[in-house]
Amino acid sequence: MELIVALAIGVLFSVGVYLVLSKSLLRILLGTNLITHGVHLLLLTMSGLKTGAPPLLGEKAEAYVDPLPQALILTSIVISFGVTAFFIVLAYRTYRSTGTDDVEGTKEERQ
Amino acid sequence: MNNLLVLPLLIPAFTAVILIFLKERVDLQRIISAVSVFINILVAGIIVYQVSTKGIQTLYMGGWLPPYGIVFVADMFAALLVLIGAIVGAACLFFSFASIGEERERFYYYPFFHFLLTGVFGSFLTGDLFNLFVCFEVLLVASYALIVLGGSKGQLRETLKYVLVNVISSSLFVATLAYLYAATGTLNMAHLSMRVAEAGQGGVMNVIAVLLLIVFSIKAGLLLFFWLPDSYSAPPVAVRALFGALLTKVGLYAITRTFTLIFVQDPGLTHTLIAWMAGATMILGAIGALAYNDLSRIFNYNIIISVGFIAFGISVATQDSLNGVVFYLMHDMVAKALLFFLGGLIISASGTDRLKEMGGLIRRYPWTGWMFFVLTLALVGVPPLSGFAGKVMMVRSGFGQNHVVLALIALASSFIVLYSLIKVFQQVFWGGEKREEQVKPLHYKAMMAPAAVLFAIVILMGVGAETVNGYVSQAGAVLADPALYINAVMKE
Repeated sequence: MELIVALAIGVLFSVGVYLVLSKSLLRILLGTNLITHGVHLLLLTMSGLKTGAPPLLGEKAEAYVDPLPQALILTSIVISFGVTAFFIVLAYRTYRSTGTDDVEGTKEERQ
Repeated sequence: MNNLLVLPLLIPAFTAVILIFLKERVDLQRIISAVSVFINILVAGIIVYQVSTKGIQTLYMGGWLPPYGIVFVADMFAALLVLIGAIVGAACLFFSFASIGEERERFYYYPFFHFLLTGVFGSFLTGDLFNLFVCFEVLLVASYALIVLGGSKGQLRETLKYVLVNVISSSLFVATLAYLYAATGTLNMAHLSMRVAEAGQGGVMNVIAVLLLIVFSIKAGLLLFFWLPDSYSAPPVAVRALFGALLTKVGLYAITRTFTLIFVQDPGLTHTLIAWMAGATMILGAIGALAYNDLSRIFNYNIIISVGFIAFGISVATQDSLNGVVFYLMHDMVAKALLFFLGGLIISASGTDRLKEMGGLIRRYPWTGWMFFVLTLALVGVPPLSGFAGKVMMVRSGFGQNHVVLALIALASSFIVLYSLIKVFQQVFWGGEKREEQVKPLHYKAMMAPAAVLFAIVILMGVGAETVNGYVSQAGAVLADPALYINAVMKE
């Protein structure tokens, strides 16, 4: 199971990196999103994907899944959500003031 | 248990929340900010005193013992950096009063300022790697806002790059934490140190160590500083001073902590890598400092040189050189903030960023000029001033540990610092005025006051190096022997 997810994470990372290296600002944004998804999935996978009950004491199960990575992921999701929202608005403002979403085009001619 | 430890984090956070409600009352915002930073200096001073008399202080959040809860740890290293950070933060705040302008003050400048301090102090004090990540994000998000506040074209452009670089490095940080958690099953630094020692630092652990080094190097501008010179030229001077003095130093603190506490078993790999990176950083920084003719870029490359210098001290890793790292880090935080203050004064007094268009300022601003001259000597490391003691300790143990080439590069980089800053001094302050109109900075005296305070600290730290060294060697002792830290945190 871990192997399959690891491969999926690898695909997410490579597609993300490819998009971040492109010219259009929107693609870069999507790329960072994919990388963040990959990272969160990695956090879940690296703690082991053994079967067990959801981490709720009411389940009264023999074994539970590890609750710590889930808390870490939850924290990381909201942080990256906040940063992404800021990044999108920043991209929008840059588009409005420079009139282009080409990253090369936002370079100013330096004297 | 010592509840005082959470105050350096709580006071700025609480202040920032209050200031959000006072958007239109700029005068009130200033008063509350000023009171808050003074309380913070006081608290930091008390923490330093407690650590010096009673040893390492810990605070278990919510009463959960480590490794289960989050623990805040103040050893001397963290306590000293919090104190210096609080002082530099206060100076930047008063410099902001004079220079930042009402436009920005109305748009939540001070709340962002205090949130940045929250993140910085949190990073220094935390004893948990994931909590370190969260504190990093707190200070980074505040820094995104501060760098773009005002919204000029240049700022927007640089913020895009700055945010992108930091989003990538933060993702990498979380990925590294995932690997580390899988390999050791813990995220508490003291516990990690024990686990890594048990498992032996080969194979996977070394990969993780190098990944962490890459993450922190992007934050600190160690070799991976490609984003720094442009980004730090974009925001207004008070923000630049804050960034130059605090942000890269947080990255350096994280490198120091990681490679003196957690990954200490295989210095042949990790510390050699840091040494190479440090050497390359000093050389590239020196090339940048010589190449440019505008003030902001020369100063930014000087930040990079000193990051390389401190990393050199970390890579040598004897007690003597670690003492030097702590001493130089403290000196550099104060001196870099002062350098940017004076740079800001020069730029606003001459109305340009270009060296070639400046000249003759010594006649109008003798105090600024001579202060800049003495500061240059301090940054180079001329004996009675603050830069000397740290440099001597690092270079001395560099020669002692057969890092001869690196120590020579470090010495040479000091000469480059001297050359680049004296060039600035000469072109800015000597000769005749080259511009027709003579701009007068609006609040000259109000800007000089915080600069004078930092200047006094630069001199006192140099003259009183013996006293400072008492505290610094206590910090170096803990860095050189991780067992002291582990025992203090995991004692129960």
